[in-house]
Amino acid sequence: MSGVWAVFAREMRLAGRSKTEWMMPPFFFVIVITLFGLGAEANDPRLADFAPAMLWVAALLSTLLTLERLFRGDLEDGTLEQVCLSRTPLVLATAVKLLAHWVLSGLPLVALSAPLALGLGMRSDAIGVLVLSLALGSPCISLVGGFVAALTVGLPRGGLLLPVLVLPLITPVVVFGAGAVRSVQDGLDPQAPLYFLSAILALCVTLVPWAATAAIRNAFD
Amino acid sequence: MPLLQVESLSVTRGDRTLIADLSLRVCAGELLHLRGANGAGKTSLLELLAGLRQPSRGRVAVEPEDLTVHWVGHRNGLNPHLSAAENLEFWCGLNGCPRSAARRALTAMRLPAGAQRRPTRTLSAGQKRRAALARLHADTRDLWLLDEPLDGLDRDGIALFSGMLAAHLGAGGMVVMTSHQALPEGLAGVREWELAR
Repeated sequence: MSGVWAVFAREMRLAGRSKTEWMMPPFFFVIVITLFGLGAEANDPRLADFAPAMLWVAALLSTLLTLERLFRGDLEDGTLEQVCLSRTPLVLATAVKLLAHWVLSGLPLVALSAPLALGLGMRSDAIGVLVLSLALGSPCISLVGGFVAALTVGLPRGGLLLPVLVLPLITPVVVFGAGAVRSVQDGLDPQAPLYFLSAILALCVTLVPWAATAAIRNAFD
Repeated sequence: MPLLQVESLSVTRGDRTLIADLSLRVCAGELLHLRGANGAGKTSLLELLAGLRQPSRGRVAVEPEDLTVHWVGHRNGLNPHLSAAENLEFWCGLNGCPRSAARRALTAMRLPAGAQRRPTRTLSAGQKRRAALARLHADTRDLWLLDEPLDGLDRDGIALFSGMLAAHLGAGGMVVMTSHQALPEGLAGVREWELAR
């Protein structure tokens, strides 16, 4: 267990050292949503209708900002080699790194989504479902994005490839996440899309750490 | 007795054969000094022995099966934003060693207390190398795989490292290392191995 804590504590410490990098996603999220609000007509009721999709896409793009460096720095400075050859299983270290990524980049977006949604004129019951859907969906973005980051870590221009690969893979998460909120706004039951979102999260938690581990090992070959 | 055995090993990168049909054996108390021109495949062979990459053909066998390995690669494995002590403590955490072992190891490598606390990006190349080699002090392992460990070390650092090598070999450990520099004199159990390009 000391390995798990060591990886998590290191990620938190590094985030503290490079604050600008981790302030970027929430800042970008707030700016994008605020610009939508400013760009639309004041008190336009259609803004609330589009808000779920806007918030979801903004959350997705914000999370993408920090994904490229997820494994690249560790590969470049040789830390990844040491982690691979350590007594802590690589799959465990990878899973903890992905968890730390979500805590640092996904969780703040979940927290910020409520006041931003309120600003866009969303109803309180829809805001509750939005927060829940982002709480279920944002870990999926970190996990799928982390897998693609591991897959492209050894490539010279992997950063350019990353969004192109992540966006199609994450489409179902955005569809069900925004769909759940829209269901509430339309007076329907949001349970079905939320269950789908939960199932995708369970699948990602189960499979992605293994897949990302295999991708990291492949980066050395 | 620990043993490392390489049988009919071949490594290819793309359509280039780096190592063809290599067989070698390293026994307890022995240091295998890999030599060869740039691009001869020394680093690739070390990565293969460490298990970081897979051979195209052949196999690497170790005895006992749970043989423990230290790896000090070309890259120091130090995050530039963390101090040497924080980097070593992280490594100790990963490997189940007590955190105090990190400070002890860095002190044993004669890295000044101030340098232990500074972000490693502010350290000299030699100080970073000392911090990387401190891992050898922090935990006892059977086999040391070292890629150009003398890079950046000053005379004092080389003398210190020679002492570590001698103590490890004397205790029955094994070392496989690459170095373009001549090995320190007076080491017992050294065997040279030239890799042809």
